[in-house]
This record gives sequence, C-alpha cells and structure tokens, in this order.
Amino acid sequence: MKDIVISVKEISKVFGDFTAVDKISFEVRKGEIFGFLGANGAGKTTAMRMLCGLSFPTHGSGTVAGFDIRKQSEEIKRNIGYMSQKFSLYNNLTVWENIRLFAGIYGLSKQETKQRAENIFKQLDFEKERNTLVASLPLGWKQKLSFSIATIHKPEIVFLDEPTGGVDPITRRQFWEMIYQASNEGTTIFVTTHYMDEAEYCSRVSIMVDGQIRALDTPANLKKLYNAESMDEVFRHLAREAKRGE
Amino acid sequence: MNAIEIENISKQFGKVKALDDVCLEVKEGECFGLIGPDGAGKTTLFRILTTLLSPDNGKASVNGFDVKRDYLEIRKCVGYMPGRFSLYQDLSVEENLEFFAALFNTKIKDSYSLIEPIYKQIEPFKTRRAGKLSGGMKQKLALCCALIHYPKVLFLDEPTTGVDAVSRSEFWDMLAGLKAKRITILVSTPYMDEASRCERIALCNEGKILTTNTPKNIVDGYNDELYAISADNMFELLSLSRKVKGVKECYPFGESHHLVVEKDFDKEYFANELNQIKNLQIKKASPSIEDMFIKLMKR
Amino acid sequence: MKTNFLSFVKKEALHILRDKRTMMIVLLIPIVLMILFGFAISTELNNLNVAVSVQKHTEDIRGKIEKLSANPYFTFVGYVNQKDAETMLRSSKADAVVVFDNEGKMQFLFDASNTNTAMSGSIYLQSVMSEENLSNQELFNLHLLYNPQMKSAYNFVPGIMGLIFILICAMMTSVAIVREKESGTMEVLLVSPVRPIKIILAKMIPYFVISCINLTTILLVSRFLLDVPLSGSLFSIIFISLIYLVLSLSLGLLVSTISSSQVMALLISAMVMMMPILMLSGMIFPIENLPSVLQPVPYIVPAKWYIEAIRKLMIMGLPITAVTKEILILILMSVVLVFVSLKKFNDKLD
Repeated sequence: MKDIVISVKEISKVFGDFTAVDKISFEVRKGEIFGFLGANGAGKTTAMRMLCGLSFPTHGSGTVAGFDIRKQSEEIKRNIGYMSQKFSLYNNLTVWENIRLFAGIYGLSKQETKQRAENIFKQLDFEKERNTLVASLPLGWKQKLSFSIATIHKPEIVFLDEPTGGVDPITRRQFWEMIYQASNEGTTIFVTTHYMDEAEYCSRVSIMVDGQIRALDTPANLKKLYNAESMDEVFRHLAREAKRGE
Repeated sequence: MNAIEIENISKQFGKVKALDDVCLEVKEGECFGLIGPDGAGKTTLFRILTTLLSPDNGKASVNGFDVKRDYLEIRKCVGYMPGRFSLYQDLSVEENLEFFAALFNTKIKDSYSLIEPIYKQIEPFKTRRAGKLSGGMKQKLALCCALIHYPKVLFLDEPTTGVDAVSRSEFWDMLAGLKAKRITILVSTPYMDEASRCERIALCNEGKILTTNTPKNIVDGYNDELYAISADNMFELLSLSRKVKGVKECYPFGESHHLVVEKDFDKEYFANELNQIKNLQIKKASPSIEDMFIKLMKR
Repeated sequence: MKTNFLSFVKKEALHILRDKRTMMIVLLIPIVLMILFGFAISTELNNLNVAVSVQKHTEDIRGKIEKLSANPYFTFVGYVNQKDAETMLRSSKADAVVVFDNEGKMQFLFDASNTNTAMSGSIYLQSVMSEENLSNQELFNLHLLYNPQMKSAYNFVPGIMGLIFILICAMMTSVAIVREKESGTMEVLLVSPVRPIKIILAKMIPYFVISCINLTTILLVSRFLLDVPLSGSLFSIIFISLIYLVLSLSLGLLVSTISSSQVMALLISAMVMMMPILMLSGMIFPIENLPSVLQPVPYIVPAKWYIEAIRKLMIMGLPITAVTKEILILILMSVVLVFVSLKKFNDKLD
C-alpha cells in the first residue's frame, strides 16, 4: 500500500525491567490527522521518540515516511517536521532569522528559502513582522509561525506536541485551519496531546494505557463504542483502568 | 460580604496592558472560574489579589482586607497555588507538607480534616521526593500545601495545566468537596471545557473581562443560530461554506465545523450550494462556552 | 514562632544535604584549593639545584658550600668550570650557579625563565650565602622577616580564605534564593505571614555553618599540611573571619535581589566578586603594581581588608589591636550591605 506513511509492528521499548512501550502496532495513512493520546507516563513520549528516529525500539520493526526506524533514522529526520509548545522558535531571533535558520537546518537553497518565506509571510499576513523579534509576538502568532516553520521543508509527516494549549479560541481555530490545509495538501499530521478537545479535531485517534494501545478509531466511533458524549469521557474510561503508577 | 471585590483594577508592564479596568466580585464560599487564554491577565490578577503585585489603578479587597493597605492580613488568610506547582522537588511529600504548615505557624493535624480526602490519595507516597511524583500527584500535594492553614480564600492559578484528563477531573471533584467547607475558590484555566465545573465564571482576554455569569447563563445568552456541519473533506467544507449566502461564520469545532448563520439562512439552499462535497451532514448544534467566547472576542 | 523558624532552617539544611554532589564540592573546594596553591602552584623554593664554580678553594668557600648543601631548599649538584656554567643552566641541570672568583667574591647566575623562582631564589640564596660573613663581604644585609623562605602558602592561605568564604556564602546563598524565585516557591513564601527576614536568615544559617566547617579545615590544613605557623591568636583569626562571613552572606543576598536566574546569580558572583578578589585584593598581584586608575578600587573590595588582616594575624603574629582598622572597615561594610540588601529584598514581586 503506497499511501501508508507510518507503519509499526509490535514495537516495544524496555528500560531495565520497565516496559515503557509494549508491542504497539498501527498504521497512519497519508494526509491523515492522527491523534496519539495517553495519560502522563503511558508511554506516549517514548513511542514518539522511536517514530522520530531518536531512539531505537527494543523489539519490533516499522517504517516512517518509507524509511526503516532501525536503520534509517537520519533519513527519517530529514523527512519529518516537529513542533512542540515547549521548544519551537528562538525568541531572541527575528521572524525572518528563525525562518532562515530552520531552512538552513533542512538544507534548503537560498532561492527556496526566500520563496517559502514569502509564502509564510503571505499566508500568515506577517509581512510587517518580518524583522520583529519572536519574543514580542503574541503567543497565538508564535504558534502559527512555528507550525509554518516546522513544515518549511515540506515534510511528509509533522509531529505536533500539544500544539494549541493555552491559545485563545479564535487563534486556535486558525491554527486548526492551517493543519487541515496541510493535511489537505497531503501532509500527514501526528498529534500527541493529553487535551481531549484537541483530540476531537483528529481524523483518527489512538489511546495508550500502560504502554499499550487500548483503542484506535475515529473519534465518532470511539464515542459510540464507549457510549460517551466526548473524547474526554472515552479517555477517562480507558485511563482509569491503568494499573501502572505514573 | 463578598470574599473578593475588584474595582477598576489596571496594571501595565511596559507597553503591555496586562489588566485593563477589571471589575469583579466573588461571593463568599463560591467557586469562581477565570477562563481565558495565556496573556489574558489571569496570573497578574492573582498576583495582585495575593498582594505580590500592586495595581497601577483601582481598588481590590480580599476577605474585607484592602490589597494595598492590609496586605499582611491577607497573607494570613489566603492559600495560593501559583501556575507551576511550587513544591520543593528535593523534599519528600511529608517534608513539603510539614514545611508549609510551619510557614503558616500551624500543624498538619490542625487542618487534617480539611486535607484528608486529598492527602489520603498521596499518603502511600509520603516518603517520595516531590520531584519524583507524577503531574497529578504533584497537583494534589500542592493543593494540600495551599490548604494547610485552613485559608478562607483559595487562589488556584491554572492548577490543571499539564495534567492528564483523569487527574484533571479528579481535581475538580476535590474542589467541589471543598465547597462544603465554605472556602471561597478563585481558579483560572485556559480550558473552556472546565468552565462548567465552576459556579460562576468570567471570560477574559487581553486584560479585559468579556462577561461574567454562571456557565449556563452565558451559554443561554448565545442568540445566534448554530449548526454543526461535517463532510469527507473538512478543509474544503470550511472554505466553501464561508462563501454561501446567509453564513456569518464557519470555524472548525472538533469533529465538525460550527456554522453561525443569519436569520434568513436556509438549510436546503446551503446543502444545495455545497452539493459537490461528499457526505455533507448538517444538523442544529447547541452553543458552548467556546462559541460564546469567540463571539465576544469578535465584538 | 521559634519552632517555625527552626523548621525553616531544617528545610534549608535538607536542601543542602540532599544535593550531595554540591555539598561535597563545597566542603572539598577549600582543601583542594589549599593543596593546589600550597604545593602545585608554588612560587616557593623547593629543591633548587645549585652548581658551584670555584677558582681557588678556601676554608671560607668550603664552609659556604657546606651550608648550601645542608639547606633543605637547595640541592648542591656539584662543581663546574666557569665556562660550563651556562651550559648547566641551559640544559636545566642547574637552576643557579654560584661563581666564586679569585678573591672569593660571589657572583650568582640564575635561570630566570621562571621569574618567580629566580626572584625569590636569588634573594634567599643571597641571604643564605652571605650570613655571618657580613664583615668581610660587601653584600648588603638582607633579612626576610616572617616568611624567610618566602613560602607561597603563607601568601596564599589568607587569599584562599578571602576567596572561599565569598564563594560559599555569597554564591551559594544567592543561588539558593534565586532558585526559589525560579521554581515559583518564592511566590508561595511571600504570600504567607512569615516576614522575609526570617526566610532569609533561615537560608543563611546552614551556609554559615558550612563556612565555619570550612574555616576549621582551612586552619587545620594550613597548620599541619602547609606548616603555616598561625602565629597570631586563634581567637582573633576566628573573630575577624566571622565578621567576614556575615559580610559575604549579605553580599549573597544583595546578588540574589538583582539577579533573576540562577545562571545570572552565578555569573555575578563569579565575575563581579571573585575576579576582583583574585586580581585586586593583593592576593596574587601586589596592589602597588596596579595601574594608578585602579589603585583606589581595592579599597572597596572587602576581601582586601580581610586578607590583609588575616596576613597580619596569621603570618606576622600581630595582636588583634594591629588590625583594628580592618575590623572596623569590615564591620562598617557588613552593616551597609545588610541594610542595603534587606531594603532591596522586596516582599512583593515588582
């Protein structure tokens, strides 16, 4: 199948006698907005690190963007984008300097950098802020900018870590619109979060409990399955079963 | 008497107006929520009420004490949990609690009845260092520490940020439990879905209060018609819907998009206009706090 | 209220005890520095290899050579021809050559590539060789008082003391206070009925105790490892050290009020406090050698007064009355610092 961009089979990560990730398997299709949920300590971060090529699985195998997660971590890193709330942009650099820096990291040519920067300025209506320090931008703007920068090298997959926490409702929607647009253009979006209202925006979600994937389906189907009003209820239902201390 | 009274408070940092002419009243024993995104001025307001900052203008009182003049009195009768869980990471659960008890010149056993339901959940880990606790347990310990001197007013600044859904829900249950003890609670959160857990809320953004009321009244005050629409291609749906006559606004809202419409909106006409979109579903939606927030922000 | 103060102190002590690595460093730094300065980075004479070139042996010269060989600081490496003297020096077989001419007059050839060794060595060698022969030698009379072998430990011990206490008291307390600002716990402390002065005092006490331990180790190491005589009264040394400790603690408090992060507190302590001590207190470079613009600066560096006083008490063995001026200046500085830093320590955030 050509349009599967992430495919992992029974991958595990064991630290000493602690199994952080316990034989998880799933597939993500091209252009999908995939929500990866789990309580603190359920193994979300460890699993995501393996997908990003930052750590090797103890068992199992998988591919991300067509590359083997065991052997081709460098290729994987070149074909994914990453944005988190904690680290995204350099506050003491201007908008343009940030763009140039990240374009440089991903090896874009001068020509490409310039052209993509213009696109970002146009899309975000940012022309005036070109030489503004990122530190003095409002939070919502920063987040939109950092999403644009995370996708500057047109990666196949973007990993987003709690992308819209603490943002006002309007900016938040503008942000999701950007994500929808990227997904519409064929970029796969992989969202990790523990805010269930973010999960509602995803096309499919998986919920991890104690290192395993307990549920994986569309939000609508999951709500039906667990007879719940919201993803929050679904999540609480599953996470309450957790045995392992955090 | 109101437990908290805020009259025309303003506070400016450089060019940024953190608080702009804010007025608010919180009744004794009430659980009052400040709902707003980062940068709304919630933390600044908390710091003024806990006497850590002085307002540029305006008056405020807590438990009848003026925040400027009687700040030492206020410090005796309030509990405060700042944004980050302010615990000593290198001290154990028990040592943290003992220290905070000493800070307020009291003993754990004096207020044990108050913190018992919360403390019992972390007691099995009482010798563990606070830094080694999970987010949910840190949050519980921080709450115990803030309650240790049986405060009259409790200030909780974003207590649920960074904590998973299960712990968040448990936390709100605990706050509900404090209601019986007549403790006034002022709590802030950026998450709209937590608004319903408060008795009254104030929606705030960029230093201003947009509205103050009970969550139900706020939602009831939403007087536009609202539809939830969905289709296979959500992105296309969004941009096409906005072009249809009778549509005021369309924005993503979780699984569906919310469609705010004019009085003359015709569902059939709308569906017809968008007939090239596959699997179009349209149904009436009931507004939420978030819809109201968006509406108030646009005003 | 007394019990709650004690529990503050207990909490601070726990912070320190739990951070074993930092505590080890704090307790070991003085010993390491003392050994480093005392032995490794030594400018004193130890095993200075001396060769002798003699034209005509006399009883007088033989006596002198015997005296040279007997001196623990010099090693007599043998006789050389006058013309080979330089080769000896160049090949580093000898650090110095003493040349006696026909009339028994002495000439010293010194390897001055290490200026320190050459300077102190030549002076000491001169004093050793000329002793008791003043009548028939035309050498000037040189007596090195208090530290005749020019042992560097004598010079460095007071300097290290001046450094260590600033390092531990000022740096550690400022970092400990700023850490609470950073972690947000300071907010909770301030929103409590406890007065800031108590919080601060409680923070200082454990560091004060640690510094007292350090004072003890420093005195023990100097006395028994570095053979510093501790000629003055122990009581006055301790007395002036305690004043200096208080001063350092309030300096730390002052730093904490102006720094917003631990890194900044560290940098300020290191750059603004340690550098002047090293450079401007006379610990390494004599104040007289400073450019005239900088000459007044040492007078406001507390360490200068402390180091000077300790030198007088410890090495010269003067009575406490000899350092009255220093004591008064240190007390005055402490009072000003305590006052300013308490004034600056706000019980609000703005």
